[in-house]
Amino acid sequence: MNTPTALIAEDEPLLARALATELHRAWPALQLLPTVGDGASAVREALARRPDVLFLDIRMPGMDGLAAAAALAEDWPGDAPFPALVFATAYDQYAVQAFEAQAVDYLLKPVQPARLQKTVERVQAALARRSPATDSTFEQLRSLLNALPGSAASHTTAATPLRLIPASEAGSNGAVVRMVPIAEVLAFEAADKYLRVLTTGREYLIRTPLKELLPQLDMQQFWQIHRGTVVRADAVETVERDDSGRLLLRLRGLTERFGVSRLYAHLFRAL
Amino acid sequence: MRFDGLAVLRHYLQVLAFCLAISALQYFFLPARPYEVPMVYSVSIGTVTWAIIEFGRHLVDPHSSTGWPRGWRGLLLTAGAMAVGYVVGMSVADAWFGWSSWRGMSVREQRASWLISLVAGAVISYYFYSRGHSAELARRADQAQREAAEARLKLLEVQLEPHMLFNTLANLRILIATDPARAETMLDHLVAYLRATLGGSRVAWHALADEFARLDDYLALMAVRMGERLHYTLELPAALREVPVPPLLLQPLVENSIRHGLEPQVDGGRIQVSASTERHGPQTWMRIEVRDSGVGMAPGALESAAPGQGFGTRQVRERLLTAYGAGSTIELVANSQGGTLATLRFPLKNPPPPSA
Repeated sequence: MNTPTALIAEDEPLLARALATELHRAWPALQLLPTVGDGASAVREALARRPDVLFLDIRMPGMDGLAAAAALAEDWPGDAPFPALVFATAYDQYAVQAFEAQAVDYLLKPVQPARLQKTVERVQAALARRSPATDSTFEQLRSLLNALPGSAASHTTAATPLRLIPASEAGSNGAVVRMVPIAEVLAFEAADKYLRVLTTGREYLIRTPLKELLPQLDMQQFWQIHRGTVVRADAVETVERDDSGRLLLRLRGLTERFGVSRLYAHLFRAL
Repeated sequence: MRFDGLAVLRHYLQVLAFCLAISALQYFFLPARPYEVPMVYSVSIGTVTWAIIEFGRHLVDPHSSTGWPRGWRGLLLTAGAMAVGYVVGMSVADAWFGWSSWRGMSVREQRASWLISLVAGAVISYYFYSRGHSAELARRADQAQREAAEARLKLLEVQLEPHMLFNTLANLRILIATDPARAETMLDHLVAYLRATLGGSRVAWHALADEFARLDDYLALMAVRMGERLHYTLELPAALREVPVPPLLLQPLVENSIRHGLEPQVDGGRIQVSASTERHGPQTWMRIEVRDSGVGMAPGALESAAPGQGFGTRQVRERLLTAYGAGSTIELVANSQGGTLATLRFPLKNPPPPSA
């Protein structure tokens, strides 16, 4: 095994530096990548540098640590082993319980050197028996994701599912708003600050984040296939696997194809 | 409408005891008749009257919180119950003894009997009425006290949020080793912050300068934690330093700016707190602004505030109203450069000289 690498994601600069110092003392061979201070940077850097260990603070600006782990799992290439995850938190007791089973370890801040030593041993053991990301890795991450508040699986369908969506016509710059019947919607896809609402031959935009829209959708009809994509299950025409092993969906009435993230690939396994 | 069997029994036993006392009094003044006579009359009149009131009150006014019908309905019920109770109770007692009081009694005797029933009925009715009333008052006072205690606890919970405390301590632990002088300063701020938070409710007022010093404690702690992500300025004109304000009035606004404004923002931002005065006619108004360059409010954030959110602002509004009366306002607007601007306005009692 080459020199192991680690990425620290922690928004408080002093704590980040201290963790780096303590880690260096506890595991001199570990090579530390430059620290990042928010969840989105953690995902970006982790994808680019593919560290062996990822220390994630739970509370971070933008995307929090748990969401970052889930996002990373979605985009992680199939041929590389998934990093060992260590979460750090000052207090979030519930989070500790939720991810205890899924993460290699978790750290309570302030980090005690003796406790960190134990973490290092656990990570080393985990790295030794590690193989390219397997289904079970994603199985674990999926349950982690489900434990997050606001995740698709953690809520049941609202008592009264949404029936109409006021949405502006794409390209109209918000000047034309239409009441789009939910029955006509084939897919929702997150795009920057907007959510694209796709129907046969037409496209609309809404500002509601997908996370807030999900609880109002009938999850029997709409399936989440990626953290940014929800499609109408009835409309799925074919599911293909491309060369890199990625699943692609084709929907009736749309030319676009939609990528299925690994976390949701189990939905399309042939019976 | 619900019947509490035990309470009904308790009421009836009290009425019975009262009836026995009345008849004992009658026997004392008219020992010629056997005790049984006034006792049976008293008990049967009392029982009928009590039953009408006990079971009728729920029909007459089921929503009364004292258990007694409100206003004229209460009086009407009592008067009606006493009249019916007298007639029916007398008849029952007559049947018991096998004679008729209506024919046998002289006018004088009838009047005395009426009067005794009327006075006795009024006394016991008033007794029950005032008991129900004072029990209700005690219950309300109790509830108000509980609500006040809950609000205080909630405020403490927000201010002494474990996440904030443990992160502060984690930072402190590092500074002790790397920068003892800064650690000392940080500890001083923490001590002052804790002292103000834990003992804040003991004084009703403190000077605006103290208020700003507490904000500085909190912001200094947050600045150590957030590093480059937090910049802040506190502007307090010298002339306004002594203006009295309720302690930690502004704290929730600054906390909101950090928690909902800057913390979710990757690049952090800036918080400005400033105090000034403005004149409208004869009245000078104090104006305090808390401005941040955070992510800003989502439209409708105030109205749809989930439990916990919006608590800070609501609490500030309530304290403003209590301290300065109607007319004092708090206003939250989306800042033109992004972020949120909270403005407090309240009348200033002794405005500083205009030279300042």
